[in-house]
Amino acid sequence: MLVGILAFQGGVIEHKQMLGVVGAKTVEIRTPRELRGIDALVFPGGESTHLSKELDESGLTLKIFRLIKKGLPVFGTCAGAILLSKKVDGKKGKFPFVDISIKRNAYGRQVESFEAKLKVSKLGWFPGVFIRAPIIESIGKKAEALAFFNGKPVLVRQKNVLVATFHPELSGNKRLHEFFLQNVALQ
Amino acid sequence: MVSKSRKKNIQRRIKGSFRVKAGLAQMLKGGVIMDVVNAEQAKIAEKAGAVSVMALERVPADIRKEGGVARMADPKKVKEIMKAVSIPVMAKVRIGHFVEAQVLEALKVDFIDESEVLTPADPKHHINKWEFKVPFVCGCTCLGEALRRINEGAAMIRTKGEAGTGNVIEAVRHMRMVNEEIAALKKMNSMQLKKKAKEYRVPVALVKETRKLGRLPVVNFAAGGIATPADAALMMQLGCDGVFVGSGIFKSSNPAKRARAIVEAVAHFRDAKVIARVSENLGEAMKGKEISELKEKLQERGW
Repeated sequence: MLVGILAFQGGVIEHKQMLGVVGAKTVEIRTPRELRGIDALVFPGGESTHLSKELDESGLTLKIFRLIKKGLPVFGTCAGAILLSKKVDGKKGKFPFVDISIKRNAYGRQVESFEAKLKVSKLGWFPGVFIRAPIIESIGKKAEALAFFNGKPVLVRQKNVLVATFHPELSGNKRLHEFFLQNVALQ
Repeated sequence: MVSKSRKKNIQRRIKGSFRVKAGLAQMLKGGVIMDVVNAEQAKIAEKAGAVSVMALERVPADIRKEGGVARMADPKKVKEIMKAVSIPVMAKVRIGHFVEAQVLEALKVDFIDESEVLTPADPKHHINKWEFKVPFVCGCTCLGEALRRINEGAAMIRTKGEAGTGNVIEAVRHMRMVNEEIAALKKMNSMQLKKKAKEYRVPVALVKETRKLGRLPVVNFAAGGIATPADAALMMQLGCDGVFVGSGIFKSSNPAKRARAIVEAVAHFRDAKVIARVSENLGEAMKGKEISELKEKLQERGW
């Protein structure tokens, strides 16, 4: 399995290492040409405003949009989840494939960033690392919440797309990457 | 009764752990952090794709020119910049001035730079950064200095370079020095590693970890003298994780265009065609200074 990682900026190496541990090959994506032959795609954490801009400038936005629509499995973490939300701060999202409404930096500034134990359905306990994280304020019927933090969904799946408002790539725990490959990508 | 059962189910959060502090630095990788002195510049930086801004009263080139004691910025200025943008905001404190750091933490700044660009406040000690929930970035000229700062709790390192000169040679010198010293660790036996740790004044475990990783254990950015897209890409190709640009942007003739060009050059740092395209017609870069003509080198501050 070949997994593309959007590589302009952010937690690229961390995802690469985690995917390597669970046995996937990876390729860094900065141009449309590099999308060829990928079986799945990862949007890492980083700064969502910046990532969104580079996607447009490099001509990747439309290409990726079509691939996701055709069923390409995608895993977005933190900024990556923002890119995949239907609504971001009340406006239409970049790739609106997950029926959620998300608010950026909603826990507050960096001093409010935190770690917390999460209970993920079917997986059990998972260490959540939340860094200037967004909050999913509402979730539509088509999307399925797989984990919550104090009543708010933090891990959501809708068909071929999985999003986490936290950073499994920083957790030192490979199980969510494994879950993505086995349950989202290979379905 | 409802409220009681809810209370029981509240999930606890641990704030300010090293993982969370170093994690923010990890999310900035591959990005550009720009010095700004007001809300208007901060917005230009954000629009150009900066991943963070450094809120300052004066950019290093002006600090150099005007002289006097350089201190933490006015909290009002920092707040004004924090309000203007949604990207993380950093601010500088003097070396060893832990109260300036307490003030910035109270303002909820996202990252603190304990910086040699400001006038040092302590002749012997840097801030004990473990005591803070807010992450710190510190400058280094060599591996020993980087590891001392990490041992004090820094969540991110940058080269010192020579700030405010628009001359990249010192940043290159510092990055190459760190790379060479890490490569040298790999050839050492455990007795030699112990000796090195003593020389660097850090625990041997930290030296061994660095050796095992083959790089610094935290994110390492370039800083000090970066003025062009090619300068920024040079530092990336030398192994830096991202770039700080200080005076280089807002001391040039077309800041918005130069800011955008440097961001693109960093995102595509191995693609010379992109660097060529973005370097075209940028207007005048900051004039810059020859290092040997400087009266004072800022990089010599810090211990």
